[in-house]
Amino acid sequence: MRTAFINELIIQARRHPEIFLVVGDLGFSVVEPFAAEFPDRFLNAGVAEQNLTGAAAGLASEGYHVFTYSIANFPTLRCLEQIRNDIAYHRLPVTVVSVGAGFAYGNLGYSHHAVQDLGILRTLPEMTILSPADPGETRESLQWLAQNPRPSYLRLGKAGEPDLHNVRGLTQGPLKIVEGTGDLALVATGSILKEALAAAKILATEGTSVSVFSCPLLQPVPPEFFAPLKKYPRLMALEEHLPAGGLASLLREHLPQPVPSLAVPPKTLGLVGSQEYLRRHAGLDAAGVVATIKALPCRAGNA
Amino acid sequence: MNPAFDTQQLARQIRAEALKMVAAAKASHIGGALSMADLLAVLYGDILRVKPEQPDWPERDRFILSKGHSCTGVYATLALRGFFPLAELQTYGHDGSRLMSHISHKVPGVEFSTGSLGHGLPFGCGKALAAKRRKKNWRTFVMLSDGELDEGSNWEAILFAPQHRLDNLVAIVDYNKIQSLGSVKEVLDLHPLAEKFRAFNWAVKEIDGHNHAEISAALKQLPFEAGKPGCLLAHTVKGKGVDFMEGKLQWHYSSPKPDQLQEALRQLEGTP
Repeated sequence: MRTAFINELIIQARRHPEIFLVVGDLGFSVVEPFAAEFPDRFLNAGVAEQNLTGAAAGLASEGYHVFTYSIANFPTLRCLEQIRNDIAYHRLPVTVVSVGAGFAYGNLGYSHHAVQDLGILRTLPEMTILSPADPGETRESLQWLAQNPRPSYLRLGKAGEPDLHNVRGLTQGPLKIVEGTGDLALVATGSILKEALAAAKILATEGTSVSVFSCPLLQPVPPEFFAPLKKYPRLMALEEHLPAGGLASLLREHLPQPVPSLAVPPKTLGLVGSQEYLRRHAGLDAAGVVATIKALPCRAGNA
Repeated sequence: MNPAFDTQQLARQIRAEALKMVAAAKASHIGGALSMADLLAVLYGDILRVKPEQPDWPERDRFILSKGHSCTGVYATLALRGFFPLAELQTYGHDGSRLMSHISHKVPGVEFSTGSLGHGLPFGCGKALAAKRRKKNWRTFVMLSDGELDEGSNWEAILFAPQHRLDNLVAIVDYNKIQSLGSVKEVLDLHPLAEKFRAFNWAVKEIDGHNHAEISAALKQLPFEAGKPGCLLAHTVKGKGVDFMEGKLQWHYSSPKPDQLQEALRQLEGTP
């Protein structure tokens, strides 16, 4: 996804002379092509996220659309007040980009597990929040942001994620099915959509059909964005994030029906390992999703 | 020196208006507004290229108040220079007023809202960098308190500005030596502050922050050194201009009572 990000950012920067990329001394083997093509619109601000983010706001106040780029919690939590006061309050066009959503950097330890970012940033209503699932959604998210510069957060996975679907038009909704036709809606945000799709495949072989939705936009939610979910008697949210403030919380704020959630349980916090291992431990891998769905109460009258 | 304005009179008026605002609103932070009043008077009377009738004039110099709690001094200055009506100062601290008690970008002439310390200099770095990248001649001035130099974000910016040769950036430190709960020396000593900035590759000038000729002479020679950001270390006195406030910690928070306000205004009338 980071490759899709930088390639698309270069395309957009050719069209939008106001696009500026500021990195926090991270992005080796990712950001170099941008720096080479747009040396006047690139900056490595060093390992100093508060100044990086404040300076990004300063650049944005002079007409640039600034993308700040770092990994895990560094461009978000380390400089949260700069995002709140400098960017969001002043409504400046800065897109905060973080690579390493959820457990993408699982082996690197708890410092690198981005599992609170959505909940925390969602409390800033001025922030547009995009959490694409694959390279295609990443490109679409970036295309939309380039057209609509604003305070925003782009939550990316890591590298090498496959394209999961070809459905477009997801960033402004309404929410769309990317796979399946069942009466249970499984809604995922971010690269964990892969596990949702794998779970749906397993369930299909067992005769249970599931409608899998991908939800790359978490804020602001346009009217009717979640309308397609209203007809589903059974819903399940899947996210690589703690339960507080993430996708399930968002769905519960907008939908009348109960929204059981598959999110990172506190017991997984602090464990270290590969993304696959941590997803499995958290019950967020395909097998875990299948097990949870099977344990859901059946539809009323169908018991 | 032949300033466009009588900066002595402007400074006196800034002090009087700030005192009246703080007293009426029973607000805090008069000490730090008074300590930078001379700096503001020289900046807005003699140095900054601004157009009060066109606050967002693209070629204007950018002034950022990082010590946002001292906003009364800036609101008074902007009103006195005609950015908005002087009468509006009476709404300071009122419910719903745009003159909120930390500097607000919703006020004409104010570039940036602060209030949490350590935000102004990084933002100013971004502005100065934008001017460099776009080859613009306007300058960025950031007014900092000494107390806020406790914030790590400032030191990130102090590293950043020389790295990117931001000689179109001036950090003015209102070095009044008193912060919220004690003297700077007692809380987190900054001394030797000029040497610290120099060690970070800034061009530093130390002046008496109440001497208009010194302030003006320093700020008319920008950049202090080509390729380096400038630091104007302005030695000031908290509460300057009102004898019972000068150098007193109490006036970081206390608000003058009616009789104290009258006495303060009387003293300002008497200043040359």
